[in-house]
Amino acid sequence: MDDIATRAAARIGEDTALNARMRQAQPIPLNITLHCAAGELLALVGPSGSGKSTILRAIAGLVRPHEGRIACAGAVWLDTDRGVHLPPHRRPVGIVFQSYALFPHMTALENVASALPPGTEGRSERMHEATRLLARVHLEGLEARRPSELSGGQQQRVALARALARRPAILLLDEPFSAVDEATRKRLQSELLSLRRDLSIPILLVTHSLEEASLLGDRLCLVHRGRGLQTGAPADVIGRPRTAQVARLVGHTNLFEGQIESVGAAGRPTILRWAGHRLEVAHRPDHAAHPPGARIRWLIPPDRILLHQRVRPSRGEKENPVEAEIESLLAIGALVRVTLRVAGEANPLALHLPAHVVERNSLRVADRIGVSLLARAIHLMPA
Amino acid sequence: MDWTALNVSLQLGFWTVLLACPLGLALARLLAYRRFPGRRIVEATLAMPLVLPPTVIGYYLLATFGRDAAPGRLWESLTGHPLAFTFEGLVAASIIANIPFAIQPVQRAFEAIPREVREAAACSGMTPWTAFWRIDLPLAWPGIVTALVFVFAHTLGEFGVVLMVGGNIPGATQTLSIAIYDRVQAFDDAAAGQMALFLLAFSFLAIAAILTLSERIGRRHG
Repeated sequence: MDDIATRAAARIGEDTALNARMRQAQPIPLNITLHCAAGELLALVGPSGSGKSTILRAIAGLVRPHEGRIACAGAVWLDTDRGVHLPPHRRPVGIVFQSYALFPHMTALENVASALPPGTEGRSERMHEATRLLARVHLEGLEARRPSELSGGQQQRVALARALARRPAILLLDEPFSAVDEATRKRLQSELLSLRRDLSIPILLVTHSLEEASLLGDRLCLVHRGRGLQTGAPADVIGRPRTAQVARLVGHTNLFEGQIESVGAAGRPTILRWAGHRLEVAHRPDHAAHPPGARIRWLIPPDRILLHQRVRPSRGEKENPVEAEIESLLAIGALVRVTLRVAGEANPLALHLPAHVVERNSLRVADRIGVSLLARAIHLMPA
Repeated sequence: MDWTALNVSLQLGFWTVLLACPLGLALARLLAYRRFPGRRIVEATLAMPLVLPPTVIGYYLLATFGRDAAPGRLWESLTGHPLAFTFEGLVAASIIANIPFAIQPVQRAFEAIPREVREAAACSGMTPWTAFWRIDLPLAWPGIVTALVFVFAHTLGEFGVVLMVGGNIPGATQTLSIAIYDRVQAFDDAAAGQMALFLLAFSFLAIAAILTLSERIGRRHG
């Protein structure tokens, strides 16, 4: 009873967020600090083996980091300095495993009922509550099925209902959409988005898909070798990576080295020297970190480079004009990925053009063309 | 049919199952879930009775149970009678000879439960004790039934260890399998044949029961 009382008290108070810090060198390196507010969905993104699942398992108490502190819903679950380590069954977490991990000998209803908190009195009361939870994940009528008689998507829903049955203080989702087909994934993702509106607890989603993280996450945390490289709104992490490493991990390919000539101010651009060009970069306050003469890394998204139309020149061509030779043309759906060879730069510069633009300008490999690098799209990072 | 010998055999089977199976369950669970230094050595030691000739096991147990060894002396000082050539000694020897049969099917069954399923039990708020009764035990049940039947059937058929440790005392340590040997030595082929047929039929039924049961449980779990 004490547990429930403290949890309820914490709910009323403000400290319903997750605050976690963990560090270890072996067996899986971890060095990360996480914060997730109540009602927020934080997506942990990273390649396989980056340690993101281990972070989730540490929060659930399934692994014990060598050093760290995890507090959630006003309670301390782990504090290695004070020798605190609550076992998983004493941490009010709801977890959905990648394999769903349903109890194979129980029906869908029994699976959900098995996780109801001890406060739920009486068998009929428990079954009623479990039925309500299954209805919440759209599984009416399938209560008596065993996991082996359910599809992958249905199993995932039972796992979600079971995770919620415990009235958790945090919801942990470990790659919950990776084992279902594309159509089911889309449906389950939108169901999660509508379900979470009623949940006032922190939600942690582990995924290797940046797309999924951007779609579902309020914020994302890019995890690499157990470290949180950058945390922020998905658009910020993807659009304004803090380092070249983050840029590469979120899929940027137009990554180059350059040198700062002068730092701009309000209304005056920062000037960047690159491959014999002087590029104007729309000024941002964080440019102050790069003094004149500093060697830096910079990137530009391929869809923020403009082609100088051969048939109809326009005024926009004055913005960071670059002459280059077409190295390759690759159609990806309705877009064509055009890679350019720029004199004085070893790496190719890529831009994405609609197929009709390529056709209209009759672009061919080895043609020389002019492009504009949009000053507002150039992003600077330390070398 | 030698009813006295059958009674000794059934009693020996009952006590061996009753004592060896819970011990086997505990050891199987330990070996399946825990990773500790020397685990392989413990596992190999516990499997030794599978490969050793029964007379070798019997010889060492006889030496251990005797008045010249500490365990034998301890037993005698506690109970007032020796362990060798008694029914109690026979039960102790039978437990040791049967321990691999009590462990292995159960260990395999525990190992077959996916780790995430056990973790999900803990994350559903089940204490280790609750999870054991509600998740581990039902899922490992076919292995446990197999162990029960194997241990009982194997105890009925054990010969070498029983003869070495228990001798051949009618009403105390003469089991059915030893009675068969005894009858053959006495040229009483009819009695030996009867008893052999009984053991044959029993063994067949035991194996058939294991197969049917594990199939039925397998279907239930899908």
